[in-house]
Amino acid sequence: MRHTRRFAVAAVGAVTALVLAACGGGTSGGSSGSGSGGGTGDGSIHNPSDAKGGTLRYANSGDWDSLDPADTYYAYSWNFVRLYGRALVMFKSAPGADGATLVPDLAESLGKSSDGGKTWTYTLRKGVKFEDGTPVTSKDVKYAVERSLDKTTFPNGPTYFNDFLDLQGYTSPYEDPSPDKLGLKAIETPDDSTIVFHLNKPFSGFDYFAQLPATIPVPPAKDTGTKYKEHVVSSGPYMFQTNDLGKSFTMVRNPNWDPATDPNRKALPDQIEVALNVNSDDIDNRLISGDLDVAIEGSGVGPSAQGRILADQNLKANTDSSLQARIWFTVLNADVAPLDNVHCRRAVMYAADKTGYQRAYGGATGGEIATNLMPPVIPGAQQFDTYPTPGNAGDIAKAKDELAQCGQPNGFTTSISYRAERPKEKATAETLQQSLAKAGINLEIKPYPLADYLKLYAGKPDYAKANNLGLMVYGWGADWPDGYGFLSQIVDSRTIRPTGGNSNLGVRDPAVDAIIDQAVNEQDTAKRQQDWVDVDKKVMDDAYMLPGIWAKGLLYRPPNLTNVFITNGFQMYDYLALGTTRK
Amino acid sequence: MAVYIVRRLIAAIFLLLIVTAACFVIFFLVPRLGGATPEDLASRYVGKTADVETIHNIAVRLGFTEPVYVQYGRFLRGLVLGADYPTGPTTTHCPAPCFGYSYLTQQPVLPEILDRLPVTMSLAAGAAVIWVVAGVSTGVVSALRRGSVFDRTAMSVSLAGVSLPIFFTGLLTLSVFSYTLGITAPGGSYTPIEENPLLWAYDLLLPWITLAFLYAAGYARLTRAGMLDTMGEDFIRTARAKGLPERTVVVRHGLRSALTPILTIFGLDLGLLLGGAILTESTFSLPGIGKYSVDAITNNDLPKVLGVVLVGSLFIIIANLVVDVLYAVVDPRVRLS
Repeated sequence: MRHTRRFAVAAVGAVTALVLAACGGGTSGGSSGSGSGGGTGDGSIHNPSDAKGGTLRYANSGDWDSLDPADTYYAYSWNFVRLYGRALVMFKSAPGADGATLVPDLAESLGKSSDGGKTWTYTLRKGVKFEDGTPVTSKDVKYAVERSLDKTTFPNGPTYFNDFLDLQGYTSPYEDPSPDKLGLKAIETPDDSTIVFHLNKPFSGFDYFAQLPATIPVPPAKDTGTKYKEHVVSSGPYMFQTNDLGKSFTMVRNPNWDPATDPNRKALPDQIEVALNVNSDDIDNRLISGDLDVAIEGSGVGPSAQGRILADQNLKANTDSSLQARIWFTVLNADVAPLDNVHCRRAVMYAADKTGYQRAYGGATGGEIATNLMPPVIPGAQQFDTYPTPGNAGDIAKAKDELAQCGQPNGFTTSISYRAERPKEKATAETLQQSLAKAGINLEIKPYPLADYLKLYAGKPDYAKANNLGLMVYGWGADWPDGYGFLSQIVDSRTIRPTGGNSNLGVRDPAVDAIIDQAVNEQDTAKRQQDWVDVDKKVMDDAYMLPGIWAKGLLYRPPNLTNVFITNGFQMYDYLALGTTRK
Repeated sequence: MAVYIVRRLIAAIFLLLIVTAACFVIFFLVPRLGGATPEDLASRYVGKTADVETIHNIAVRLGFTEPVYVQYGRFLRGLVLGADYPTGPTTTHCPAPCFGYSYLTQQPVLPEILDRLPVTMSLAAGAAVIWVVAGVSTGVVSALRRGSVFDRTAMSVSLAGVSLPIFFTGLLTLSVFSYTLGITAPGGSYTPIEENPLLWAYDLLLPWITLAFLYAAGYARLTRAGMLDTMGEDFIRTARAKGLPERTVVVRHGLRSALTPILTIFGLDLGLLLGGAILTESTFSLPGIGKYSVDAITNNDLPKVLGVVLVGSLFIIIANLVVDVLYAVVDPRVRLS
């Protein structure tokens, strides 16, 4: 999932999850971190409050991919969508690590699996209604998932349901000959409260799929296809009042949302205003001046505002530094000789100066030096360092030793690619060029257009091989904070398509695939988390990827915001919890 | 003059056709000649996890699998007859003149452009008034007081005006006047004139001044140079010898003659601005055609780009036509035939 335009944009990466407001602290007291001076997103709640009222003002430097729950793949969008839609499951609205746990939302409980993890059953809460007062039924959920399968109509959303449901050729409700358009056999609705998913293979983490916006119910009679995003029918606490596409929209309270059916949402503000396509520097200025409440992309302020904030203790007191489920890394392409030899790849791992990598991303404010793939905010992640070097600055002696074992004692020459529009990636390529040159590994730097980086260049295997792209600078954020959500798209060789558009730029290891399969089938959470750590270790052992930085963002919260906390689900402020003192 | 205008309008239609054909060649034919497949073109508009079949389906839906001349023909047909586009359960009609249908927002392009036109027109018109009045008057006074402190100061300031980019002056003025002093509207503010004319002017004041600062500088220097040339002409000496008041000499004889090149530039500038004041709208987050075109280019949304190019070309053509007509008014030596 794409975390933010400014932060990662057209990349492949993505982010995560959610958090509820229910655990957001009391009216007063509680663990308020306000005024403490630069929080760290470690679980504290700033300005805890239950006071309702006021208008929350958001701004987005770009536009949504879509407000339609079937067609969106931004972390901030998955965070925000909970204000107007209720999926079967959601990430708990709670600060810190607690926010990365799943809780039932539209469903009464988490999924009940049977058939070895191939069948998942959910029972819907009673009394949930759409904004027009119509009761929400399991058929509305089924229809919502059905339409999300149609990637010709809704190209932006994830394809997990396409990949895991036993579709039997089903493509779209718009091609469905059944009168009620509910012909998908992979989902059954034996009654209005029950929905049963049948998978084509076992998947122990199906609750993560159930938290996708695609399970937010859509009334079939109100579905207008690509036009549905102009007025999504709300099942959450807010509904659309106006929607001026590409400019702004306003949400007001949904009179048919019943708090008794929803233990997860506080719904503090009376109204929510969102401005779109706003200059990003202007967003930062408005946040600081109090003219705006939230930069919705949640990736942190830009470089100019960052300098200003960090130099002013009063402003700095209103910031949070959030460690994200995102890593900036460089792929070592085993398709390109001599990097097809593991020792040559290990030579790169030892020669790389990671302090330079960190400087390229703005130093400690931009992120922590990564020694392996999975960021620490992912439950069960372990930090380890397979290629330790003094001060993370590289070890040329060990690099040369690996080069000798690789049969390239004098080093070798290859190319490094990066996205031309990303100055930090350019700086990364340059710092790697300098540090690897000390071991005799010479890099030719090749920039490519961001928009086509995956589709036509680095993400297209035959192009990367033909153009000798031995190293490819890249970044990735989790679709949700667990091993599968973070690792599967970047290390599973079966996700590599010869046509391009791949997020896995070159990890092809049957042993890695085998551990992934083991993790997917593992029902025990602790064992599953260990499996994902084993995947991480195997990829590091075979030196397919050079970890660079676990990303951080400097978030600014205006003093009028209440109930502010960072959730590990999305690694940004929890939009369900926010309130305002500004009336 | 009527024949002249009709002839120019007919020529304008052909010119617009050439512009659209050039756009199609650049957007669709050149990539194909470079080896791009329809699926390569479509891959920009699919989700990141799209498979081969999905990419192909979208290439078909967007018409990329057809020859470029067929795509162009469909575009022209849409201009005249309108077009229908699938939305999933139904289709949506894009009425004539249909400028195209956005690949990404799934909206007809022309209504979106027309929706943003008032913002751009408001910005351009207000700024134009300021820069013409300020620039021309400054240039006239500078020319008449050549070498004075005013002249030197005005020319120095105007040099700064043409040198400083709007994304710098815009953010600076926003930071000072909106966020520090609080006397102007914050970025992104726009109120339609029909809702509240005073608020409309208040919201646009800072963008107007910022944009006008850039243009006024150039106009001041141009006017000054023109006036210096003109005021040395024989007919000015004659006018003075006839005993005409100095004001009449300067305004009716000197300035009128010096205005011709300024009018030419004004027509081009205004036409270009109506096609989108890209930097100003982006800096002040104004939802006008300029911001729309930047977003379209960033997202490779070619129908939007094509629509903006068409509208921009139309404005430039019209503005030049108006200027040509005004020539005859300003300069009696010019006759339209």
